[in-house]
Order: sequence, then C-alpha cells, then structure tokens
Amino acid sequence: MTVSETTTPTSTSPSTPAPRWNVGENRRPADGFHPHSQEAERSESSQRSQEPSPRLRADAVSLAYDERMVVDGVTLDVPTGKITVVVGPNGCGKSTLLRGLGRLLKPRGGSVLLDGEVITELPTREVARRLGLLPQQPIVPEGVSVLELVERGRHPHHGLFRSWGRADEEAVASALTRTDLVELASVPVDSLSGGQRQRVWLAMVLAQDTPVLLLDEPTSFLDIAHQLDVLDLVRSLRDQSGTTVVMVLHDLAMAARYADHLVAMSDGRIIAEGPPAQVVTPEVIADVFGVTASVIVDPESGTPVVMPRRRAS
Amino acid sequence: MATSTTDAVPAPTATITASGTTASDAVARHLAAARRGPRRRRALVVGVLLLLLVALVLVRALLGDYRVSFVDAIAIIGGERIPGASFVLMESTLPRAVMAVLAGAAFGAAGSAFQVLLRNPLASPDVLGITLGASAGAVMAVVTFGVRGTPVTLAALAGAFGAAALILSQAGGRGGATGRMVLVGVALAAGLSAVVHWVLVRASTHQAQDALIWLSGSLNSVTWAEIARLLALDAVLIPLLLVLASALPVLGLGDDLAAGLGVRVGRLRVGVTAIVVALVASATAVVGPIAFVGFLAGPIARRLVPGRPAIGIGALVGAVVVVAADHVAAYAIPGTALPVGVVTGLLGAPVLLWMLRSRTTSPEGR
Repeated sequence: MTVSETTTPTSTSPSTPAPRWNVGENRRPADGFHPHSQEAERSESSQRSQEPSPRLRADAVSLAYDERMVVDGVTLDVPTGKITVVVGPNGCGKSTLLRGLGRLLKPRGGSVLLDGEVITELPTREVARRLGLLPQQPIVPEGVSVLELVERGRHPHHGLFRSWGRADEEAVASALTRTDLVELASVPVDSLSGGQRQRVWLAMVLAQDTPVLLLDEPTSFLDIAHQLDVLDLVRSLRDQSGTTVVMVLHDLAMAARYADHLVAMSDGRIIAEGPPAQVVTPEVIADVFGVTASVIVDPESGTPVVMPRRRAS
Repeated sequence: MATSTTDAVPAPTATITASGTTASDAVARHLAAARRGPRRRRALVVGVLLLLLVALVLVRALLGDYRVSFVDAIAIIGGERIPGASFVLMESTLPRAVMAVLAGAAFGAAGSAFQVLLRNPLASPDVLGITLGASAGAVMAVVTFGVRGTPVTLAALAGAFGAAALILSQAGGRGGATGRMVLVGVALAAGLSAVVHWVLVRASTHQAQDALIWLSGSLNSVTWAEIARLLALDAVLIPLLLVLASALPVLGLGDDLAAGLGVRVGRLRVGVTAIVVALVASATAVVGPIAFVGFLAGPIARRLVPGRPAIGIGALVGAVVVVAADHVAAYAIPGTALPVGVVTGLLGAPVLLWMLRSRTTSPEGR
C-alpha cells in the first residue's frame, strides 16, 4: 500500500473509537465472484491462534413481539472475523435473534453489546457504520438501477451536508466489482433474476462497508449454484476483509459447510453451539428439529452432512 | 483514481501496477457512464418542466378573454397603470396564475412525498381525506366563526392533522399503507365531503363560488395577501421536505433495511407526515381541496425520473397541472368558468386507470 492508506474507505469517523480493523486495507484486487473458493483457505483461517475479543455479543437477551416471547435469555459471543451461522426449525427465534443483534428490536431483557457498548444506546447512524444487515425480503423499488441501489448503501456515511466523496465512490466500485455487477450497473433491479437481485443486495451491504454483517437467510429462494455464489462471497469477505458475519440459514448442509461457529436454536434458546462437527450430531438434530437422523462426513470438505430419517416420536 | 485502494494488488507487490490501475479506471468509467444517462434525463425533465411552467403562467396571465401584451404586462408589474389591462392583470389573471403555481407545488410535493413514504400510490393526501379534513376545518372556521386569513389556515391545519392521525392509526406493521388504511381514508374523504356540504347548507351560503372553493377547490377571488401567506409557507415547507426526503430513497427499501442503513424510521415518518399535512392544509386554506393534484403529480414525476422519490419534480408537475387545468377550466366551455378542481378531478380518473394497467402499482415499492 502506498499513498492509499490515508484515504482508505473505512467505516470510522473522527468521533468514533477506532475499529480493530481497517476494513479497506486487507482488500485484494476485486476480481468478482469466486464460484468455488478453496476449502483450504477456511481451515487455515479457523486455526488462527489469537482470538480477538467479540465485537458483538448478546448478553441474556430476551426478545418479544407484543406479549409473545420469541427469544428467551440468549447469551452469544459472536466470534470476531468468523462466520457464525444460526440454524433451527421455523419459528425458533433465529431471525428474531438476528433482528435483536441488529438493533431492529429492542430487548425486553438483557442487552446486545457492540464493541462493548449497549447497542440500543448508540446513535442509529453510528451503528449503521459498524454493522450492516440484510433482512429477508427487502423491497425492490420500481425502476431503480443497480448502481443507484448500491449507492444507497453509503447512506450511513453521509451527514446532512456531506456530499458524495471518493471513499463512497471506491466503496461502491469495489462492491460492484466483487459481486460482478459492474456490467449491470445501469440495469433496473426489478428486471433482474432472483440470484442477481440477491447479489445486488449483497453489493449494497458491501458498499456500506461495515466490519460486522448480519444476513437473514441470504440464500432462500436461490438455486444451488446461486447459493454457492452467495456463500462463497460471504466467505471471501471473511478471508479478505476480516468481516464478522452472522447469518441465518435453512439448509443444514450449507450451514455446516460454511460456518466457523454453528449455533442451533430451538424454542427461543440456544441448544448447542460450536464448530459444526461438534454441533451437528444425531442428538442435537433430534433435540432441535425433532427428527431422527444419521450424520455422515462429507469426504471432500470434511464437514458433517445430515441424513434425516423420520420424525422423532 | 490512481491512488485508490480498490486497485491495490496482493501483498508481494507494494506498488500499484499499471494493469491494476487500468482495471479500476475501467470500472470508474463504466460507473460514470451509468450515472450520465439518469443525470441528463433529470436535468432535461427539470428544464422542460420549468419552461413549460413559465409558458403556462404567461398564457394564463396574458391570454385570457382580455388579452394583455407582454410589454404592457412588464410595464404594469413595473408600476405603470394602463386602464383595463392593469385591473385584469393585477386583480385577476396574474394572482390566479401565481396562486395556481404555489398551490400546485404544495399539493404536488406533499402528494409525491406521502405516496413514497407509505409505499402506495393510492396514499396521497387527497385520496386519504387529509385534504378534505383541511377543507372541513377551514369551512367551519369561515362559515361558523366568520374568520378570515391566518385563523382559516390554523383551522385547516387542525382538520388535516385530525384526519391524518385517524388514517395513520390504521398503518400496517411494515410501515407501508395497508389496503385497510386506504379504505378508511376513502371512507373518511366521503364523510368529510358530507361534513363540508352540511356546513355549507346549514349556513345557507348564498354565494355558490364560496361553496365551490370548499368542495372542489377554486382559484376565483384570490388575493395578494393570500398569495403572500402561501408563498411564505411554501418557501419554508417545501425545502424542508426536500431535505428530509433525502432519506426517502433508503426508506423505500423497507423499514428494516432503512434502519440498518442508519435511518431513524419513526422520526422520519413523523417529520415527513407533519410537513405533508402542513403543506396540504396551508394550500387548502386558500384555494380549497383541488382534487387529485397530489394523487396525479407523484406517479407522473416518478414516470419521468424512474427509481427516485422525485419530490421536487412532483412539485413542478403539480404546479404545471394546476396552472394548465385552471386555464382549461376558464376557457374550455365559452361563457362558463368551471372551478379548477373540476378539471383536475376529470384528469384523475384516466390516470388512475393508467396506473392500474401498468405492471406494478407502487411508487418506490414492492
């Protein structure tokens, strides 16, 4: 790095405590989607000896809609710079937990801490500079182009009077390049396919350029190839930018393959958490999903694969 | 872009290679090209609308039954007195044209903003009964208490806020306008229209013109004092709305994503709603509820510049529509001067059908 270090697009402003990473610094040349990145990269990075303290943690968090308690006293240290995947049956509270972690829902009890500060006491814009989140079904505005939508990801970095700057331009260019969307920049988003749209949303949160990223079922409604595209992109974010990712996934095989840290939830509580090989066991599957299953090991990736047999009685 | 980070190469080489720079330059060029089209289109749309507005104002002010030459008009505005022409221009056609611009801009901006805020093209203040709430408040103040001027605006404001509060209590969980909310609004509008009728009948107003103002909106008997009042309010409220509206494109992505991008969704909703209600009320207090301008302006503006909330362009479209409609209303049927609201109301129906026919119906949404 040469002159560029002083102008890297980071998520900090002078008034905020310095993040533990300079997100822009670790970037390799943005060369688009890696359809099949190497498994070796993952095992290498998961064996790093020094574990940074968590930037994001849930401390006995309870979340509720009206009177219905959905998440009940969950404590979770999100490993920094790793991919955490939350799995569980429908209605187990995994999406709600994600909403709580992202400050969309105020805890009834306990608190969510971002860099040691209670997240609900931080200004909205400040949170948005450190933590990006992609809800399950964002609204695609009519007629808006890919570029315009991705540019909206820069919103938290703008005050009322700060205009579009070079950091913005670079973040948007980098986000579009990494998601292989440069050629589609002027195409209306509502004319794209589901897989392309999901890439646009990811590009938008990439442009937001936050060290922490929350994704709610980023692969739902996508075919297998596009699921791999999205998950490989998430993995490359972890590897290249040290991004801390928490995502909710439905597919257990994908979850086991891409997670560094797997969290299994049932009925508003965490039943098991840890490396996928330790979490994905017949006992936990029976506990969490109420399904009798065998677990085998994928010979290629070495990650556990679930073979469901029948509903446990 | 020569020193950008994105084109930095992997660790071994610490300098930026020529090839890296070119690749990133190509991206930058591509993005610049992608921005050029919409930017040009926006500039063109604003330019054409402004020219059209100026032309229509001149037509409205000068080319009535009594024609005033452009040279005479300049002289009159400069202070000269020309018998006949002075009276027609300064007491009738010019104030009408100016008021049409101010009221049209207020309704247009408010309507476009509200539709985008609630992510529903039916959610304009006139369809939802907020405009008629203002009208009901104003007519009660005028007829029952006999007030004029600023108190009328305050009464209109109270009526509009009452209607808005009732409607927004029906808002859905995701922040958009629900079908239920629109239905309640349409019912409210009908009810309020009945209230206006009732007040007018009870007061046995002999002047049909007065009644027309509060029922469908009219630019007859506009005074310079009223123009000054609406101008002052527009000059504060429209820029304020434009500033707040800078967060509306983000809100268009959904409440959750907007919050994730640092928008204080609740505060933005309250702020935009308050300004929309104030704009609608201040315009309605002087010209009445000119039908469908708020409803028409937004979809037209968003069709002209796709993918944006287009509040400012909505204001221009509203002004153009009202000035043009007033001219048509005055001269379409010889010997009969229709109130402007009749013409805008007639325009509303085909536009509604056109919107229903087009593939998607929501502004900035779904």
